[in-house]
Amino acid sequence: MADRGSVKASVASANGATSPASASSGAARGGVPGVPVISARRVSKVYRLGQTHVAALRDVSLDIQRGEFVAITGPSGSGKSTLMNLLGLLDRPTSGGYWLDGREVGLLPADTVADIRNRSIGFVFQGFNLLGRATALANVALPLVYAGIPRAERERRARRALRAVGLGDRLRHKPTQLSGGQQQRVAIARALVNGPTLLLADEPTGNLDTHTSEEIMALLVRLNTLGLTVALVTHEPDIAAYAPRQIAFRDGRVLHDSGAPITALVGETPPPEPERGARDSVFRIREDPL
Amino acid sequence: MTTPPLSTPSAKTPPVGGAGNAGQTSRSRRRPSRRGPLLGSSFASAWEALLANRLRSLLTILGVIVGVAAVIAVVTLTQGTSAVLNARVASLGTNVLTIIPGAPTGAGGVRGGAGTRQSLTQADADAIASAPHVVAVSPVIGASEQLVAGAQNWNTRVEGVYPGYQQIANWQMAEGSWFSDADEASARSVVVLGQTVVANLFSSTGTDPLGQTVLINGVSYTVAGTLKSQGTVGFANQDDVAFIPFSTANARINASQYVSQIQAQVDNASDVTATQQAVTALLEQRHQIASGGTDDFSVRSPTQFVQTAQQSEQTLALLLIGIAAISLLVGGIGIMNIMLVSVTERTREIGVRMAVGARRGDIRNQFLVEALTLSGAGGLLGVTIGLIVGLMLTRAFSLPFVLSLPAIALAVGVSAVIGVGFGFYPALRASRLDPIVALRSE
Repeated sequence: MADRGSVKASVASANGATSPASASSGAARGGVPGVPVISARRVSKVYRLGQTHVAALRDVSLDIQRGEFVAITGPSGSGKSTLMNLLGLLDRPTSGGYWLDGREVGLLPADTVADIRNRSIGFVFQGFNLLGRATALANVALPLVYAGIPRAERERRARRALRAVGLGDRLRHKPTQLSGGQQQRVAIARALVNGPTLLLADEPTGNLDTHTSEEIMALLVRLNTLGLTVALVTHEPDIAAYAPRQIAFRDGRVLHDSGAPITALVGETPPPEPERGARDSVFRIREDPL
Repeated sequence: MTTPPLSTPSAKTPPVGGAGNAGQTSRSRRRPSRRGPLLGSSFASAWEALLANRLRSLLTILGVIVGVAAVIAVVTLTQGTSAVLNARVASLGTNVLTIIPGAPTGAGGVRGGAGTRQSLTQADADAIASAPHVVAVSPVIGASEQLVAGAQNWNTRVEGVYPGYQQIANWQMAEGSWFSDADEASARSVVVLGQTVVANLFSSTGTDPLGQTVLINGVSYTVAGTLKSQGTVGFANQDDVAFIPFSTANARINASQYVSQIQAQVDNASDVTATQQAVTALLEQRHQIASGGTDDFSVRSPTQFVQTAQQSEQTLALLLIGIAAISLLVGGIGIMNIMLVSVTERTREIGVRMAVGARRGDIRNQFLVEALTLSGAGGLLGVTIGLIVGLMLTRAFSLPFVLSLPAIALAVGVSAVIGVGFGFYPALRASRLDPIVALRSE
């Protein structure tokens, strides 16, 4: 995985290095082969604080390909969290375009955006953000509730997701009965349970000790080798080092991108559309990635 | 959260067409199926949230409970009372005038209980007997007395009346006969017993009461007859009574020149109003009250009795329903307050739910369902408590217990409306939270 020097190379590597089984499961995540999972063009975000306008992001353009593991780094205030919110569809850019799975999502109505968050994006937060009253199983099943999955099926999938993160014996535990590392694994299971295209992790190890951080990062790396696209926001170089591609932010701009020179992307047209047949089959088969 | 319009740089072309549409159709096809499981899980999570704060939830719905319970109890009581009043009208007949001491009252006037003022005498009753259309008259005096027969005793209402009272009050004999004019004239110690008295004094020993001796206030009375049951009509058991001749009562029980009321029977229901006026004029003349002055008595027809009773009953019901309405309003405000607190407390949870794909409508519905569950639980508890209180009240007043389904449906409906009405604003506020801000909140 360390050999992903460029965007194109990383795609080739992801397709070449993974087994047929995991490649197909990667496709089953709802992704579209050949189209970047994320395609941002000249995205800016301006916050108004009273009279002054603060530009948190300035004309950022970047692509993240299927199967990539990207670390977004930078000091606080560099705009990396703002980018994360935009990529996760929690916020909208002030200007610029954003394509998720080849679909322009900047102008979609709020309900459609909520549905896309539900099906295509998995969030992992620094503070875990589990529901305190709910069991691990219920927490993991939460996205499936909003996907309209019947109860029995929800439980079955949630159980499977928890087993996949090594918590098959903690189904009925509540967050307070779990260690920080276990809670974060529950959060990762929740992010995975609906078969997302993209996993967004915002400082996932920020509240964990070194040893547990390593475990969580190992889990994310393993999920990535199975074909999941992971974008990770961190300010810790050690953690960022797990990712083959690192994008450094400063003052709302991309300072350095180890995967693709930003100059190459400015003004570039997003990738061409996939063939229709391929896309249809992808949307029809929604297997569980786990 | 306002979104500035997206300015699309001319250098790029959005990938429109098949790509986006394919995704959308696949999603919209799933959308209808989304609602069923969501509603069930909303109820489940509402219960969970409310049970997590049991005491708080209970205190919150107290206002609704009190309001609904008051409505149900009042309705139960009023329905029981009206059932009795209707039965009383039927049993009294429509042609009996009742004259009681004290000034007549208009609607809502203050009046003392019958007999609190003493102004009517036996002579008044005898004078009324000669008024046109009056076929029977009886003064009534009464006292609560201990009756003793052998080893048994029973406390009951003993009333002294004329022999004609039997016809006025429509009493049927079970056994023996009512006392006669001769008994009245010579103030004989004879008594006619109601069924309740018979049951308590004689049934246990199996003795035939007729001809037996009963001690009232230390004086022996011979049982002349027993009455057929009139049942529990009115606020008291009609059969818990004993009648003795008026002259006897006047001499032995109530040594006073005044009587507690006079009852007069009119020959025909159509003459009741005219007779009422005639009796009033006659008594005003006897009591030397100038026309236009305040009478020291009042003459009532049965319909007036019922109307007066219904008016005071309605006033009471309106008052209690007013209190209930205020209580429900306060309860609704309590629910709104606690829902606002709940939304603030669970801001982060809302953020998480939005992040994992809850639509704004889903969040709104979740909190609406929670408010609805609160007020619905309050409504059901209120109905239960109201019915228990109503049952106890009707028992206490010997009224029939009438279950009013429309009232129960209304109470539950009103509490549901309160839940939705007062829960809507907090739910809307929850649904309008910015997910980023919500996720960052403590």
